[in-house]
Amino acid sequence: MNWLQQLLNGISVGSIYALIALGYTMVYGIVKLINFAHGDVFMLGAFIGFYAITVLHLGFIPAILLTMAVTSLIGVLIERVAYRRLRNSPRIAALTTAIGVSLFIEYTTIYVRGAQPDVYPDLFGDRVIRVFGATTRVDTLVILLISVLLMLLLQWIVHYTKIGKAMRAVSYDADAARLMGISVDRTISWTFALGSALAGAAGVIFGLYYTKIDPLMGLIPGLKAFVAAVMGGIGSIPGAMVGGLLLGLVETGVSALGFSLFRDAVAFIILILILLFMPQGLFGKNVREKV
Amino acid sequence: MLSLEAIDVYYGKIHALKGVSLSVDEGEIVTLIGANGAGKTTLLRTISGLVRPKNGTIRFRGEDLTRRRPEDIVALGISHVPEGRRVFANLTVKENLEMGAYLRRDRAGIQADLERVFALFPRLKERLRQPAGTLSGGEQQMLAIGRALMARPKLLLMDEPSMGLAPVLVQTIFGIIREINAQGTTILLIEQNAHMALGVARRAYVIETGRIVLEGPSEALRQSEKVRAAYLGG
Ligand SMILES: Nc1ncnc2c1ncn2[C@@H]1O[C@H](COP(=O)(O)OP(=O)(O)O)[C@@H](O)[C@H]1O
Ligand SMILES: [Mg+2]
Repeated sequence: MNWLQQLLNGISVGSIYALIALGYTMVYGIVKLINFAHGDVFMLGAFIGFYAITVLHLGFIPAILLTMAVTSLIGVLIERVAYRRLRNSPRIAALTTAIGVSLFIEYTTIYVRGAQPDVYPDLFGDRVIRVFGATTRVDTLVILLISVLLMLLLQWIVHYTKIGKAMRAVSYDADAARLMGISVDRTISWTFALGSALAGAAGVIFGLYYTKIDPLMGLIPGLKAFVAAVMGGIGSIPGAMVGGLLLGLVETGVSALGFSLFRDAVAFIILILILLFMPQGLFGKNVREKV
Repeated sequence: MLSLEAIDVYYGKIHALKGVSLSVDEGEIVTLIGANGAGKTTLLRTISGLVRPKNGTIRFRGEDLTRRRPEDIVALGISHVPEGRRVFANLTVKENLEMGAYLRRDRAGIQADLERVFALFPRLKERLRQPAGTLSGGEQQMLAIGRALMARPKLLLMDEPSMGLAPVLVQTIFGIIREINAQGTTILLIEQNAHMALGVARRAYVIETGRIVLEGPSEALRQSEKVRAAYLGG
């Protein structure tokens, strides 16, 4: 256990938070809604990946791709069915609905498959790899690689594709975007699709890393990713990435220093401190880009 | 080309447009003048589909626009330069112009229109990669106009394009308005600067608290006692 190894662990855990946080922040940027069902989309992603590997016998990469496709559809469906008609309602109505959707997904999953956990197949074994003198599990590196690729892909979509530019335009000024002929509904659907695809990928990665998955597993990572998004400045894409990584590093650091009992509390202490002293987050003030 | 018949718009209990009828013919510049809060912006937002009228009909080149979505209205050939410019500050100048052409697929045509916008506003070409939020007020107005032109509209709706600009820039913008019109685009122009507006427009309407109270050729309105007293400073 040297510091480089801890650093890699921290980044891996952090990149899972970052992937989930991106969905929170993109949805918030465009519809000003904290989508509390987002952690459950992450959970569904873990199960879809699990079944894709164990039942469909897909390899790791095809399983992730299939999972992302399915969770993106689920995200679009959630917005369409639950949130769209509440877009101009008071915020509290949408928030309450989001909590309802979250509970609905959790308990439907329990109803369908039971509440017992499942254990992810060990795809990479206990193989370790030496990097700069540190030994690390192969899956740590796989997580890192996939997260980085997905975040780069997201940056590319947001900055260089037509739909990405439309997402930024709508999140800045929806009415002005309408005057360009941009369909706000369609753009919001795309936002949910992208955010949910990332959450789905995070679910599979999480399963691979922590092996145990269950229908309520979305709760804590979901809340922590939300903290990460707030820490980075809710609405900011780079903020969500940095916030997730920081949170992962801090948690790993706290554990490494021997305070592992406090690991889960750290996120919420950070949240309280941010809300008190820096409500706009790290990137919330100077970075105007909102999606 | 465009005709509104007995349009009523409400914001909750506020009756913002009261039986407004108005028409614009192909090739014209028509202006709508009125004081703050008279309902000018509401009228343009209603034409663009951002606001739904309670009663009345809007027709454009034979199509009923009355309850169409904004994106369909843009596709039919109406672009809107909104009040306060509303450029996407987080997007670059280039990206803003691309958003103006959002519904178009004809790459060559888009490129040609980009050149046309650069010809009208050489300043924008120098600032292409800059976030629109870093432009000056006048440059943002130019971008808002350029962005609307990128849809290659048949009818251009302009909401107080001279608002907040220095006198020299106001002259420039009005020159541009004439030029856009000379290139074949019909314009419905909203202004508080009645003097300038009556100078470029062929016909004019005057709106007061949601009602059209006067209409006619710009020249006639310029002579009217009422307009002189209320809008031209005596
Ligand atoms: N979104 C809105 N909600 C409620 N009232 C509005 C809204 N927009 C405008 N109004 C009211 O409608 C009237 C007309 O406003 P507006 O069309 O903006 O006038 P103008 O552009 O001529 O200044 C005003 O009384 C204004 O307060
Ligand atoms: Mg106005």
